[in-house]
Amino acid sequence: MAEVCSPLRIPLIAGHKKAATVTEDVCRPMLRPPSGLWWAGFTLAFSLMLLGVAAVSYQIATGVGTWGLNTTVGWAFDITNFVFWVGIGHAGTLISAILFLFRQKWRTSVNRSAEAMTLFAVMCAGIFPVIHTGRPWLAYWLFPYPNFRGPLWINFRSPLAWDCFAISTYFLISATFWYVGLIPDLATIRDRLAGESARPTLRQRLFAVFSLGWSGSYRVWHHYEVLYLLLAGLATPLVISVHTIVSWDFATAVIPGWHATIFPPYFVAGAIFSGIGMVLTLMIVARKVMNLEDYITLRHVDAMCKLLLLTSSIVALAYGTEFFTAFYSGNPYEQFVFRNRALGPFAWAYWIMVSCNVLAPQLLWFRGVRRRIGIVFALSLLINVGMWFERFVIIVTSLHRDFLPSSWASYRPTIVEVSTLAGSFGLFFTCFLIFCRILPVIAMGEVKAVLHVGQASRPVQETTV
Amino acid sequence: MNRRVLIGIFDNEDAILDVTDAARRRGLKIVDVFAPYAVHGLDRAMGLQRSKLPWVCFLLGLTGAAFKVWFEYWTTASDWPINVGGKPWNSLPAFVPITFEVMVLFAGISTVLAFFGMSRLWPGRKPMLLDARVTNDRFALVLEEDNAAFDVEEVERFLRDHHALRVEEREQEAAR
Repeated sequence: MAEVCSPLRIPLIAGHKKAATVTEDVCRPMLRPPSGLWWAGFTLAFSLMLLGVAAVSYQIATGVGTWGLNTTVGWAFDITNFVFWVGIGHAGTLISAILFLFRQKWRTSVNRSAEAMTLFAVMCAGIFPVIHTGRPWLAYWLFPYPNFRGPLWINFRSPLAWDCFAISTYFLISATFWYVGLIPDLATIRDRLAGESARPTLRQRLFAVFSLGWSGSYRVWHHYEVLYLLLAGLATPLVISVHTIVSWDFATAVIPGWHATIFPPYFVAGAIFSGIGMVLTLMIVARKVMNLEDYITLRHVDAMCKLLLLTSSIVALAYGTEFFTAFYSGNPYEQFVFRNRALGPFAWAYWIMVSCNVLAPQLLWFRGVRRRIGIVFALSLLINVGMWFERFVIIVTSLHRDFLPSSWASYRPTIVEVSTLAGSFGLFFTCFLIFCRILPVIAMGEVKAVLHVGQASRPVQETTV
Repeated sequence: MNRRVLIGIFDNEDAILDVTDAARRRGLKIVDVFAPYAVHGLDRAMGLQRSKLPWVCFLLGLTGAAFKVWFEYWTTASDWPINVGGKPWNSLPAFVPITFEVMVLFAGISTVLAFFGMSRLWPGRKPMLLDARVTNDRFALVLEEDNAAFDVEEVERFLRDHHALRVEEREQEAAR
C-alpha cells in the first residue's frame, strides 16, 4: 500500500514527528501548570470581561438611554459588534468544513482552535442583539412557543426572526461538530491520564465521561468518517446562509446604502476575511506560547494569507461595486449616501476601513511578507480593526443622513457602549485561554493521519512494546 | 457467551492495512481493528459495508424541513394570521430561510445521535481497550477463533510475518 511520494510536496508537519510525539506535544502544555504569560493574559481578559458585565448590568438596570443612539441612528454599536463577532466565527467553519470538503489537509493543524474560536465568537455575537432588544429578560419572545397571548406567533416573514434561527442553528451545529471532532482526542487524553493516580481525579472522570467510551474501534471510525463528512456538508451551506441572513437584516430595508442585492456575497466574503484575520492573530500567538511551531508552520500561515488576499479582493470589489451601482442607478439618494460615506462626517471611518481591508492586505502578494510572522501579525490586527469599521460604516453612515434633512443627526458611542465592546473581547479571550488550558488545541487524531504527507516514508513508530 | 480471540498489535498504518487485507483474503473472521486515527482504506481492507448514516441525515433533514414549512404555514396563515405590510398570509418564499436552518439543525443533530446509537457511545461507558496505547500510536487487529479448524499457531505466525509487535490470545464477551 505504499503511496507515491513527491519530493516536491512540503511536509505539513515539520520535524519528522511520530504519532506518540504528537500526543506528547499536544498534551504537554495542557497537563503542566499555566505559565506566567497565561496568567497575565487571563487576568487582562477576565478584567475586561468584568468591565463588560458591569456595563451590561448598568445599562439593563438604567435603560437604553445609556447608549448614544437617537431616533435617526437607531442601530449603531450593538449591531456593529453583533455582525463583527458573527463574521469572526465564520472562518472557523470555513477551516473545519469548507476546507475539509476541498481536501485541504493543512487545515488539520488549525481546525480545532478555529472551531473553538467560532463558538466563542458566536457567544459574543449573541449577547448584542439580546441587549439591543432593550428588555433582554424577554429575549425568549424571539422564538415561537405556545404562549398565553393567543398564542401569538412570531412574524416568520421578518429577517430578524430568520436571524434568530440562523444564529442559534449555527451555534448548535458548530458546537456539535466541534464536540464530535473532540471525542477521539478526549479518549487519547483519558488513556494518557489513566494510572496517573490511585483514585481517579476530577479531570480523569470528566475525560472519561465526555469521551463516551471511545475505544478506537474501526467499526466506529468507519461511521465517524461518514458523520464528519455529513456535518461538513451541512455546515458549509449553513455558514453561507448565516451571514447571508445577517446581510438581509439590512438588505431587506429600503434604506439607501443597505438596500442592495450585492449584500449576501459581500457579507459572506467579509466575514471569512475578518475571521481568518482573527485566526491568524490567535494562531501566531498560540504557536509561539505553546511551542507549536512544528504544527502551525510558515506553510499554514502562508496558506491563510492567501485566503486573506482572496477575500480582501472580493471585499474590495464589493466596495467598488457599491459605488458603481449608486452611480449607475441614477438614484440621487443612493448617490448621496455613497458620496457622504466617502467624504462626509464619517469619512475617517470609511478611509480606515479602506486602508485596513483593501490597501494593507496588498502587501500579501509578496511571498516574503507572507513568511514574516511579525508583519502578518500586524496585518491581521489591522484587518480586525478594518472589518469592525466596515460594519460601523455600513450601519451608521447609511442611517445618520436619511431622506429628511431635518432629521439628520450624528452618533457618538457612550462609555457604556465602548465598555460593552471591550467586555465582549474579554469574554472571547477568557474563553479561548481556558480552552487552551483544558482541551487539546490541535486535533491529534487528524494530525496523526497526515504526518506522512511530504515525508519520504510513513513514520514508523519505535518498536519497544 | 464468551469467545476466544487472537489479537495482533502493530505499530504503523501500512502494517495494519496489509495485515487486515491479507487476513480477510485468508478468510479469517475479523472482529474489529483498533486504530488511533482514521486510516484511509482500512474500511475497504476490513470489507465493511457503506455506512447508512447518509440516509438518516437525508430523511431527518427532510422531516425537519417538512415540519417547519407546515409549522410556518399553520402559525402564519391559519392559527393566528396577522397582516404584515399587506403580504400574503402564506408567504412561502419568506419561509425558505428558516426552513433551511431547521432542516440543517434536524439533519445535523439527529445524525450525530444516530451515530452515537449505532456506535454504542454514551457518557460513562467503559471503553473496551485492547492496549493502553491504542488511542495513541498502536493498531490492533482482532481475529475470532470461530471454529475448530482455526490453527492458533499458524495464524500467530501469519501475524508475526506481517510485522506484529505482539500477539495475544484472550477470552472476550461476544456481545458487544
